[in-house]
Amino acid sequence: MRFLSSLLSLILLVGGAPAYAESVVRYGISLADIPLTSGQPDRGAGAYQFTGYTLYDPLVAWEMDVADRPGKLVPGLATKWEVDPADKKKWIFTLRDGVKFHDGSAFDADAVVWNLAKVLDDKAPQFDKRQSAQVKPRLPSVASWRKIDDKTVEITTKEVDSFFPYQMLWFLVSSPAQYETLGRDWDKFAASPSGTGPFKLDKLVPRERAELIKNADYWNKSRLPKTDRMVLIPMPEALSRTNALLAGQVDLIETPAPDVVPRLKQAGMTIVTNVTPHVWNYHLSMLPGSPWTDVRLRRALNLAVDRDAMLELLNGLGKPAIGQVDPSSPWFGTPSFKIKHDVAEAKRLVKEAGYSPEKPLKTTFVIAQGGTGQMLSLPMNEFLQESFKEIGIQVDFKVVELEALYTYWRKGAKDEMSAGLTANNIAYVTSDPLYAIIRFFHSGQVAPTGVNWGYYKNEKVDAILDEAKQTFDPKKQDELMAAAHGLIVDDAPLVWVVHDTNPHALSPKVKKFVQAQHWFQDLTTIGME
Amino acid sequence: MLAFTLNRLIYVTPVAIGVTVVCFLLVHITPGDPLTAILPADATLELQEQMKAAYGFDKPLPVQYALWFWKVLHGDLGNSIATGRPVATEVLRAVKNTLILATVATMIGFTFGTLFGFVAGYFRDSWLDKLASFISVLGVSVPHYWLGMVLVIVFAAQLGWLPPTGAGPDGSGDWRPDAAHLRYIILPAVTMSVIPMGVIARTVRALVGDILSQDFVEALRAKGMSEFGVFRHVVTNAAPTALAVMGLQLGYLLGGSILIETVFSWPGSGFLLNAAIFQRDLPLLQGTILILAMFFVMLNLAVDVLQTALDPRIKRG
Repeated sequence: MRFLSSLLSLILLVGGAPAYAESVVRYGISLADIPLTSGQPDRGAGAYQFTGYTLYDPLVAWEMDVADRPGKLVPGLATKWEVDPADKKKWIFTLRDGVKFHDGSAFDADAVVWNLAKVLDDKAPQFDKRQSAQVKPRLPSVASWRKIDDKTVEITTKEVDSFFPYQMLWFLVSSPAQYETLGRDWDKFAASPSGTGPFKLDKLVPRERAELIKNADYWNKSRLPKTDRMVLIPMPEALSRTNALLAGQVDLIETPAPDVVPRLKQAGMTIVTNVTPHVWNYHLSMLPGSPWTDVRLRRALNLAVDRDAMLELLNGLGKPAIGQVDPSSPWFGTPSFKIKHDVAEAKRLVKEAGYSPEKPLKTTFVIAQGGTGQMLSLPMNEFLQESFKEIGIQVDFKVVELEALYTYWRKGAKDEMSAGLTANNIAYVTSDPLYAIIRFFHSGQVAPTGVNWGYYKNEKVDAILDEAKQTFDPKKQDELMAAAHGLIVDDAPLVWVVHDTNPHALSPKVKKFVQAQHWFQDLTTIGME
Repeated sequence: MLAFTLNRLIYVTPVAIGVTVVCFLLVHITPGDPLTAILPADATLELQEQMKAAYGFDKPLPVQYALWFWKVLHGDLGNSIATGRPVATEVLRAVKNTLILATVATMIGFTFGTLFGFVAGYFRDSWLDKLASFISVLGVSVPHYWLGMVLVIVFAAQLGWLPPTGAGPDGSGDWRPDAAHLRYIILPAVTMSVIPMGVIARTVRALVGDILSQDFVEALRAKGMSEFGVFRHVVTNAAPTALAVMGLQLGYLLGGSILIETVFSWPGSGFLLNAAIFQRDLPLLQGTILILAMFFVMLNLAVDVLQTALDPRIKRG
């Protein structure tokens, strides 16, 4: 009798259980490995979407659930931040109440202070050099920090810097309690991470996959994941990723190979693109002896580029660049030099400067053979080489690996390793005022401080940027950035070619995906039905 | 025998030390910055110098080598710069995956290589010989990464029969020889098998031709043995050489195939080397090359000892 009753219970239990199928999204990502999971992801801005903003939160967040306009700074773990009117180097962050880490411990001011020391104080016991390496360059303004009370933290900057809150986008908060539980070992923490984010890490197979599961207790209910499980699969080869999507092995991929876009569309896949803070360019040297000290030649280069033809080469995966930022950006302004394809005008300017197709200007640019952000580096460079030749500028390329090109870039055009080179070709991230404008165009940002590679100097631009750093009204900040950008485009210290549009290819099964106008993307917006 | 083994071990020691020196120098003389893996592109020169000091890359090369070698002697290959994970764990996991792939590829290559070799050798100068020879020449001539891409396009992207990448539905962590996992190994193993197939087929073809021209085959036929019986004798005589070639090919494939493993995202030693090279992850690169190199050193030692055990005349030589 007891056996029969048990059997009946079992049948009822099995038969009566509600049918629930876990929704799973499999995402083929372009990185060669899962980024660091202990707090600060490695592998650049594009990695934050995978193991940064999924597992963790910043104090100041980026609005990532809008596609039709640029996002803006929004409250994250801090509900508000403001500069101290008495001392504009001091920023007061008011922290969110009731937030818990995945391990159940409470988020508070102690956690924030502990995390700042984790990446900025090499004497702190919890200091992690790997996380520090990632975020220290992103927090150049921080001088010191202190807890005011359980819900308030004060951060002091080295100088007055109104753009400081943008730096806080990069700073993510890990759980001090979990670190203690795991024996104060960051490697163990990476395997069992604990943040406050909308996903928890369920499984990590190094170099092969990470499985994230929905954090149903997430504090921000509008950012609850639309899928129960998100499987991230590193697939560094574009063709392998594309084939995996076509074969149904994954549901969406980053950056499909441009030449297979027609095949993907034919198979019913959707290609999603959006304006992205990126610019593929030539950064020109303004040092004495460089031909680009002549603004006519700089403008001629910009006018020689047929950007529409370039987009055809990219199968539409890009947007023409007529400045450092896209015209839809509030920082674009109103440059008087209108960048377009005008070969006749370009030839006229080159002739005026003393050159012609018969008597060409000969020079050398250093370029990368390929790599992250460089799009189709060699074909694009060869295309432009022909365009420049047509107007009387003969460019030879010194081709190096991207990592080597970064070294050229950091050392500036004056360094002896750049002798004989008049431009470099690193594609730039242009996500905030510092990243888009200040680090390239303020004369104080030459090597080794910043990456004003070509030693560009315009006193008016310097003055505007200095004023912007002292201006705390966001609207006024935008106006100043736009004024600076207008002047910069008129000076044409770069040859702006295209903006990447961060293409994603989605299988028909993926019904929800909001692609923000940023490198930061919100994986919580991805859903199957 | 023990004395001989010890003697060979003594010979191997300088080779092993030489291997560590070459491993270390190779990765340090290649261009690029070892901190590329961890520093953002726009990290300042000051921060780079700080990190170099933190990771010990600011020390002179001989000092770096001595520190690394001392750790290696204690079984510690260090931690990957990029991931912080122990190099030994990463390499051993990758070598296991490569071993699985290489074994399956060798089995496929051996089966078809011997088949084509015997057919071509036995029916020399017939159309069967020409066909089998053509396939085997094709096997050693076709770039295998190209073949891999073609197979993926046809069997994964177009027909959707097989998965294009990876080592299993949940990765390689719990790989087992069931249908779900074997589906993943078919395309990379077939791609990898074409070279051993070609080599084995050509060797066996030459061997069979040679055996068939020997007197004992004439004698067997003169005794009235059936052609099938003669064929069996030929197989028996050719098998040891074919097996030896197969062993060599397995060893060659165990070295990992960077291109095939990258095309198929197969998480083996070649895939790991590729990642380590592109990230300039020096400890991982050194560790992977060292383990693979030491594997060959130990394999040669084992072969030396085994050969001597089987044929004591070698010892005298």
